Amino acid sequence: MNDELHHLLARTVQGRMNRRGFMGRAAALGLTAAAANTMLASGLQAATPVKGGTLKIGMQGGGSTDSLDPALANNQVTFQLLKLYGDTLVELDPAGGPVHMRLAESVESSADASVWTFKIRKGVQFHNGATMTPADVLATLRRHSDEDSKSGALGIMKGIASMKVEGDSVIVTLTGPNADLPYLMTDYHLVIQPNGGLDDATAGVGTGAYKVVANEPGVRHVFEKFAGYWDDSIGHVAAVEITVINDNTARSSALQSGQVHMINRVDPKVAKLMDRAPNLSVKNVSGKGHYVFIMHCDTAPFDNNDLRLALKYAINRQEMVDKILQGYGSIGNDMPINAAYPLFDASIPQRAYDPDKAAFHYKKSGHDGTPITMSTSDVAFSGALDASALFQQSAKAAGIPLEIKREPGDGYWSDVWNAKPFCASYWGGRPVQDQMYSTAYLSTADWNDTRFKNPAFDKLLGEAKGELDLDKRKALYSRMGYMVRDEGGLICPMFNDFVSAISSNVQGWETDPNQDLMNGYAPHKCWIAG
Amino acid sequence: MHRTSAGSLAEIEVMFRHPLIGFVAQRIALGGVLLLAASVLIFAGTQILPGDVAQSILGQSATPQALANLRAELGLNEPVTTRYFNWLFGVLQGDLGKALTNGQDIATSMGGRLGNTLFLAGWAALISVPLAILLGLIAVRYQGRWPDKLISGVTLATVSVPEFLLGYIVMFILSVQFRVFPSVATVYDGMPFFDKLNAIALPVLVLVLVVLGHMMRMTRAAILNVMQSAYIETAELKGLRPFKIIARHALPNAVAPVVNVVMLNMAYLVVGVVVVEVVFVYPGMGQYLVDHVAKRDVPVVQACGLVFAAVYIGLNMVADIVSILANPRLRHPK
Repeated sequence: MNDELHHLLARTVQGRMNRRGFMGRAAALGLTAAAANTMLASGLQAATPVKGGTLKIGMQGGGSTDSLDPALANNQVTFQLLKLYGDTLVELDPAGGPVHMRLAESVESSADASVWTFKIRKGVQFHNGATMTPADVLATLRRHSDEDSKSGALGIMKGIASMKVEGDSVIVTLTGPNADLPYLMTDYHLVIQPNGGLDDATAGVGTGAYKVVANEPGVRHVFEKFAGYWDDSIGHVAAVEITVINDNTARSSALQSGQVHMINRVDPKVAKLMDRAPNLSVKNVSGKGHYVFIMHCDTAPFDNNDLRLALKYAINRQEMVDKILQGYGSIGNDMPINAAYPLFDASIPQRAYDPDKAAFHYKKSGHDGTPITMSTSDVAFSGALDASALFQQSAKAAGIPLEIKREPGDGYWSDVWNAKPFCASYWGGRPVQDQMYSTAYLSTADWNDTRFKNPAFDKLLGEAKGELDLDKRKALYSRMGYMVRDEGGLICPMFNDFVSAISSNVQGWETDPNQDLMNGYAPHKCWIAG
Repeated sequence: MHRTSAGSLAEIEVMFRHPLIGFVAQRIALGGVLLLAASVLIFAGTQILPGDVAQSILGQSATPQALANLRAELGLNEPVTTRYFNWLFGVLQGDLGKALTNGQDIATSMGGRLGNTLFLAGWAALISVPLAILLGLIAVRYQGRWPDKLISGVTLATVSVPEFLLGYIVMFILSVQFRVFPSVATVYDGMPFFDKLNAIALPVLVLVLVVLGHMMRMTRAAILNVMQSAYIETAELKGLRPFKIIARHALPNAVAPVVNVVMLNMAYLVVGVVVVEVVFVYPGMGQYLVDHVAKRDVPVVQACGLVFAAVYIGLNMVADIVSILANPRLRHPK
């Protein structure tokens, strides 16, 4: 079979080309219809997982400072390591539905959503041979909610008043109702460790499908299939090898030269070119991460809602998606929520670039016309400097003078973000709307980086937490969305896609908007075809 | 019997009074003082880095409580001088401490990285130094003619291209297009020796191209300088072949400047190759240092700084000592 035909077949099997298209192209390459049909049938058959082989992944986002301690994970690579060696109680659904059960067998709540019972799966083994018990689960959750812990999940554990083991279950009592607790438990830090990791958090021992063989932070991580894994439906390859390749060009070269099967974070600038190469394909999915400009609502001149609106109308969202993300993204609507979230209200009108309205609100704000300083750096997001320049030009057309201040990338997150009144920034998104709003838009939130303090909004947020009726919750979230969009300090021009690339012999790829590389399940769910 | 022992004692005494020993001892002592001064600078430098260690370790998703806990644990609240002397005494006892970010022992993890760096630098030096000197000799032999111009032109061109671009070019040609060598040069413990060599082929090639020009030009210039001397003319009149004159008579007298530039380039191969390491994903010291600077992992940055300073000072000391030894007037005092 020649290469082009192979490529076409792969595309058809992956659903990127229809059957008719395949038959047509095959005929053009001199194949009879019968032969093409047979080929297609065998191609489709190959879609049953092949067991074995070593899946090699080239990843951006790791460093020699990385640790296997789940509490300290804070980048792409450590996220992926946790998904490989550990399991959480529950996991996000790729389609945005209810959570999937992992180490929990079932999750139930009291009528007011303030007491939650997680029934723990039986007969699950840790890599060290011990059997996982509800006590291990309790110890893990305790460690992450300990005030002395350095856990990245400490913030979301704060709403827990008490926890206890009862028979096969772990019972979590909250300080107040929260219908989203199962979603919070999908947090990637919360992988269950023997005795909660209190003995040795960095041991890399969990219940995951793959166990750690070699751990060289910032260089490579090698895993082999854990023979005693409880879930037969995933974990097809026999070994996974992650090489940390932070340089964009080096990462794409590694895929092109066949040294790795899969890479994450493809540079949007080259994604289109790469997709044309016959032996690989680019996979993109619109995620929850958003590139933003944030204004402090309590600092002049941004304490004036007309000025904030003027700036929101003065940004050209489509141009940014086209030029900064090269089309690998979608436009934002000045709120941190998009269609990737459950209970999103798609009927909220999309705000568009409108120099006239911008000029109108700018005039109404009574601003004195001095240049407005915007702090920026490419550390905020890739292409932030260019995006700032585009913003400056589109605002200029509306008569609003913006001044770009380039800040040093070193220390940007401690000295500029959440400190300067107007700057470029990035948010990674959260599993559910409640968590996103609680993290950055609640008046008392530590990272309220827009200083958005609105008692009515806080009240709605509290109400939505305890509302188990989904329609009512959706309506509440919709009202909150309007508030942030029309009164908040967030200018959200775009949501970026997760862009990955795989070589054509990798199969089983699914769309999952929750995180990079199929929410970290690419190594479990993909396989290498012959 | 008596006389011999008295004689040898006198000889030893002469040796100790020999100016060469004095010079060498002086150089070594100076190196030690310089290293101590460097340690102060490194420590001061890491104190004025912008940003907060705890914030950098925990990232954007850190709560104020977690930050406060980490700061207390790292001892960031103690005075600077106390921390400097604690650190210095630790280093003198061979204890470099533990990395703040992942708790690994610095001496162990850095040792592996240093080994990798020396492996890469060693092969690059092993190829580039003899090659540069040979090319320099050839350039002198055919001075002003086409071999000279070709050698100068090519080496100048490879020196002028930025390293990362050179890296991408060889990667595109030799890795993506022809698949001769791998583009990712990751090496690890237990990797077979020839696999290692295969993995580092491209970075070694780039490093050789980068340092070749400098050493070749210096060799050429130093030898040409000596070629004006009267004793070269004598050698020519004796009827020796031109290449023999250059290699036997001119080169030994041009050793001092050549050794200096060779040592500078070797120091560069150890401490300055971070760009090449990043492009080829080579797990060396440069990459290790950059990762830890980004996370404000101060003990690691200090340890790396100290090792780099020691390598730099050490290699320059070797260059100085070789120059002294190569000077016949110092070697055979009146």
